[in-house]
Amino acid sequence: MASIAFREIEGQSRGYYALLGAAGAIMLAGLAAAYYMEHHGHIVTGMTNQIVWGMPHVFAVFLIVAASGVLNVASIASVFGRKFYKPLAPLSGLLAIAMLAGGLMVLMLDLGRADRLIVAMTHYNFKSIFALNVFLYNGFFAVVAVYLWTMMERRMNGYSGAAGLAAFIWRLLLTTGTGSIFGFLVARQAYDSALLAPMFIVMSFSYGLAVYLLVLIAAYRWSERPLADAVLARLKGLLIVFVAAALYFVTVHHLTNLYVAKQLDFEKFILVSGGVYPLLFWVGQVALGSLAPIAILAYPALGRSRAWIVVAALLVVLGAFAQMYVTIIGGQAYPLQLFPGMEVSSSFFDGVVHPYVPSVPEIMLGLGGVAVAAIIVLLAVRLLRFLPESLDSPLVEALEAKAKSEAAA
Amino acid sequence: MSGPDHSQDQPEAVSRRQFIGWGAAAVAGIMIAPGVTLFDLAHGRPAGEAASGKVRWGMLIDTSQCSAGCNDCVTACNTENHLSGGIRETDSQWIRKMELKDQRGGKTHSLPMMCQHCEHPPCVDVCPTGASFKRADGIVLVDRHICIGCRYCMMACPYKARSFVHEEVTGQNPDVPRGKGCVESCTLCAHRIDRDQKPACVEACAAAGRNAIIFGDLNDPQSEISKRIATYATTQVRADLALNTAVRYQGI
Repeated sequence: MASIAFREIEGQSRGYYALLGAAGAIMLAGLAAAYYMEHHGHIVTGMTNQIVWGMPHVFAVFLIVAASGVLNVASIASVFGRKFYKPLAPLSGLLAIAMLAGGLMVLMLDLGRADRLIVAMTHYNFKSIFALNVFLYNGFFAVVAVYLWTMMERRMNGYSGAAGLAAFIWRLLLTTGTGSIFGFLVARQAYDSALLAPMFIVMSFSYGLAVYLLVLIAAYRWSERPLADAVLARLKGLLIVFVAAALYFVTVHHLTNLYVAKQLDFEKFILVSGGVYPLLFWVGQVALGSLAPIAILAYPALGRSRAWIVVAALLVVLGAFAQMYVTIIGGQAYPLQLFPGMEVSSSFFDGVVHPYVPSVPEIMLGLGGVAVAAIIVLLAVRLLRFLPESLDSPLVEALEAKAKSEAAA
Repeated sequence: MSGPDHSQDQPEAVSRRQFIGWGAAAVAGIMIAPGVTLFDLAHGRPAGEAASGKVRWGMLIDTSQCSAGCNDCVTACNTENHLSGGIRETDSQWIRKMELKDQRGGKTHSLPMMCQHCEHPPCVDVCPTGASFKRADGIVLVDRHICIGCRYCMMACPYKARSFVHEEVTGQNPDVPRGKGCVESCTLCAHRIDRDQKPACVEACAAAGRNAIIFGDLNDPQSEISKRIATYATTQVRADLALNTAVRYQGI
């Protein structure tokens, strides 16, 4: 059978340097924004004592959730034994590390005291899911790095199944930890639900695969390597399932809340009367981010077109940002209910919907995190053998035939 | 015309002054010593001695004595802790007056809202570094030196009691360190309690003749606050969360 040949990309083209330069410039702008915020304090951002987490968290949580989800492609190959996905696995691991690094950079640089990173690494309150996440995030880097090593170093190939299983379990724990950041917030109506942990896992499948598809198509097009439609057909089929599953969880979450009398006012806010949040929910998250990509990918005439697959994946990412914004900002915008049945007012904005306007530095910091992820990927695929030289039809057919014969045996 | 020559009187004058000085010191010593002894016997504690778990400081707020027009507790808190008193969305407010109106019937209440010093504080649970902590005597505080400014505690607090310092602060009270990039909230005037004084808001409320805030040891059955709680129906805000707050309200 055809063996899979991985090779570095040449990385000499003008396009490559343009991409690297653009990502570098955005990263520098992000770092400058962080310095500006650090120097003046968060007064220069749109964040307040009411909206305490803002745009940086929208970007950071997206990147961290997508980072764990993007590893799924590799997990399907090594944990679930689907040989077809094996050539796609190294890029999957690389993207996972790159996006997590980008997300953590944003999260860290948004801290009021980013200079106290050493404190965060030496003082732990183990009841805090944030503290546990420090271990889950750092451990993820290590586990995925070992996993990549077992995949890319021939002598270590025999261990890749075990490493893949460890990475898969670790990524489930990691996304459970990320979802639980919100799930464990008993005080707020938007959160406080055990459903958020599994929901974040399913969201990560969908976000991660959309990002994977976009990077795969771009990488093969720009490096002029062959990429068979059969590869995309499989991935797009999976994406339909993941997007639908994420939408299912969102539906169950809201339906449950609608059944709870004390949650009705919040649900009314986020689904109907809350201004930008219902708009982002229905148009961004549900229509454009979920229903439209499912329709595009499922409709045969469009789903076969590479351009439409790209559009669908971009829409999933757009919907993901809408969902993060509604979840994180919308959840805080609704006032805390201290005295049910009472109209309340105070100098500290009790009883009123809290406004939030994202500031330029916040958005720059968030984009800086995306740029860091892009730079890691651009450099890694040039320096190391992450991408198969070819994902053409004969290779894919050979893999499919092998998978069939193994299944028959 | 020249003044009388005192040069000859000088030695005698010094010794007389010394005598008066020693005398004054002795009298002062006699007067202060019992006070110092009393200070030691009371709840004030010397620096270096840990807070005691035998006491649990708390407050009872009698909303029937609290008036919508009065902001004295807020002003006193700002003065004591050197807060700006600003009410922008980014300004720190450790205590605020809330106006309540029942949606049915329209009955109104006015009350101060601040850190409720929970027995099971969500802010302490979520803090990654342990900067949010509860003292043995029940006071919930932020350690300024290990707070990294992640604001997770602000997300977790059901009472919106915490503020994030959004910009440089100047003119601090040495007893109450603050700093840009850290989270802060009502300390129950821990620095005053440690000197056997009442929190600033409690004193201000009493000075205004309202006495709407009763401060004391919830663990001492003989304290006024314990007697009041034993006698009258009191409520904890968001009692559904079962956080066992140290601040209770009467009349709502």
